[in-house]
Amino acid sequence: MPAPPPPPLPAIGFAATGLACRRGERLVFAGLSFLLAPGEALLLTGPNGSGKSSLLRLMAGLARPEAGLLAWDGAAVGDDPAAHRARLHFIGHQEAVKPVLTVAETLAFWAGMRGGGDVAAALGRFRLETLADWPCRMLSAGQRRRLALARLAASPAPLWLLDEPTTALDSDALADLLEAIAAHRAQGGRVALSTHAALPLAGATNLSLADFTP
Amino acid sequence: MSPFRLLVQRDLRLALRQGGDAAMVVGFFVLATILFPFGVGPEPALLQRIAAGILWVTALLAALLSLERLFQADWEDGSLEALALMPLPLEAQVLAKCLAHWLVTGLPLIVAAPLLGLLLNLDAAGYPALLAGLLLGTPTLSLIGAVGAALSLGARRGGVLLSLLVLPLYIPVLIFGVGAIEASIGGFAARPHLLLLGALLAGALPLSPLAAAAALRQALE
Amino acid sequence: MSLHRFANPARFMRLSAALLPWCSAAAAALIAIGLYLALFVAPPDYQQGEAVRIMFVHVPSAWMASFVYALIAVASAVALIWRHPLADIAAQGAAPLGAGFTLLCLVTGSLWGERMWGTWWVWDARLTSVLVLFFLYLGYLALVNAFDDPGRGARAGAILALVGIVNLPIIKFSVDWWHTLHQPASVFRLGGPTIAAAMLWPLLVMAVGFMLFFFALLMIRMRTTLMAAKIRALRLAEIDRLAAARRPAAAS
Repeated sequence: MPAPPPPPLPAIGFAATGLACRRGERLVFAGLSFLLAPGEALLLTGPNGSGKSSLLRLMAGLARPEAGLLAWDGAAVGDDPAAHRARLHFIGHQEAVKPVLTVAETLAFWAGMRGGGDVAAALGRFRLETLADWPCRMLSAGQRRRLALARLAASPAPLWLLDEPTTALDSDALADLLEAIAAHRAQGGRVALSTHAALPLAGATNLSLADFTP
Repeated sequence: MSPFRLLVQRDLRLALRQGGDAAMVVGFFVLATILFPFGVGPEPALLQRIAAGILWVTALLAALLSLERLFQADWEDGSLEALALMPLPLEAQVLAKCLAHWLVTGLPLIVAAPLLGLLLNLDAAGYPALLAGLLLGTPTLSLIGAVGAALSLGARRGGVLLSLLVLPLYIPVLIFGVGAIEASIGGFAARPHLLLLGALLAGALPLSPLAAAAALRQALE
Repeated sequence: MSLHRFANPARFMRLSAALLPWCSAAAAALIAIGLYLALFVAPPDYQQGEAVRIMFVHVPSAWMASFVYALIAVASAVALIWRHPLADIAAQGAAPLGAGFTLLCLVTGSLWGERMWGTWWVWDARLTSVLVLFFLYLGYLALVNAFDDPGRGARAGAILALVGIVNLPIIKFSVDWWHTLHQPASVFRLGGPTIAAAMLWPLLVMAVGFMLFFFALLMIRMRTTLMAAKIRALRLAEIDRLAAARRPAAAS
């Protein structure tokens, strides 16, 4: 049975139509669509294995969808992957932190790879100033997480893709993250994040992945 | 600083702080070379006859030794995923990592090779060709090795697999590297061999990053 | 939306089912005729004597060794560019067969060398190139089977096959260069088109027979892979069905 043609893509916003994702030989989700306009937040929920991480990786362009289309302001993301990479921050499960580099060096490197940014401000935002000269091997899991999240604040990008960003965060760090997300959205930024815990994000759209399990 | 130079600088800094990479490669080079006199006998004439081959084969194996870690650490801690999403194209990043890898492992090999040549009684006429050959050949080894390292990322028995993938592709470098030395010792021009080594490098320079980046992308998918 | 991307390769299955008996029968007939011609009709070589008959297996397997590698490279390119699922299956199905032909070529070459030069192995330029090709095959097979996710192995193998096909002429050239430097050109020359017709015919018959034999085996291997995938898909569907049946029961 042929699949019905996907609906036309909206001209504004980060949008997907008819997305399907395959892991191994199994279809994880299918027929998934969303629209993420400037200033909006997308909350991905669902049980383990429902494809939250996979969807974020599709959104980042790390993986290709089995079917469907992702578009930014009406232009397919796959047509210009370089432009898409330039406009997004992706924080995955792993922190991308080297044990022998210091906190400040790590942040300066990741900011520099994106053309530079304000490292000091980012350290301040996630309360890492006092740790700036520590080698990362001395950090706790929560501190490493904060360092990874500080990359968000170190260089601007209109789209944030966060995979379980609250893992290992204490309540202060969680507040820092929520504040950073609010500031990002206030400037017209978009964020998509996966979570198990309920997050107080004002006006966030909830996307339950379980609804798209084939 | 441009992202390319930043990445080279970071890899160099990691190599220097973690230490060991350059020392291990040179240590292996020296030890493996020293084994040959024990294996074939200490007779100077015999060692002189096979010195070029010993030096190149052991240099090849030493270069191979450090390749497994080229992308492995970045892959394990999530850095590779983050790097792949940076604006700098992955192909250029592979080139930057190969440059850093060559500076850390290839360059020390070139420095150590003449000393080992002395131990093996290498003919004096062979030294310029040895150095020029290594200078042109070792970057090719890093570049081809990057493809193998990217392909075997996350594989079972990655190290052994890497040797199986990469060593057959190293054969041309070995042939022309040894050929240059033997030609100049025999009183012939080393130039054709060196030009061919240069051609291999010129070919590997654009093609290897292309293939390695493709392999890294599929490893991340 | 199909559950599985290999779920409906019906056209290939129909086509291969129709072709397979003909292909196999023709391969068996041609190889039988070729062997008869090679062993009983072709004259012994005035220099090499009866040992020349090894050539009728050696040369076709050498041709097949290169041909199959080229086929793997083409299939890999198709798999990478268009993501055609059959191309991956074809490349992986062909690889062990190609490695087999390469090994056959090496073994017969070694036997021939023992008769001709009195030694089992000679670093002849052609034998050396074939030896390297054998290692390229082994590398491909090892890489394809080195991952827990078979899709990952297929994609890595496809890239390696393309890298290998680019390097193959370079390796061949450098080995030829190396050989001319280290040894005088050996007597190992067939003499190109001057080969006697009585020898050429059995050779060509054997070559076509080997080719058809290869395609018959390839079709069998591809059909096996597809059927195994179909079984896995059916099992997955069954698991999903059971899970779906249990869910409302648990809720009530």
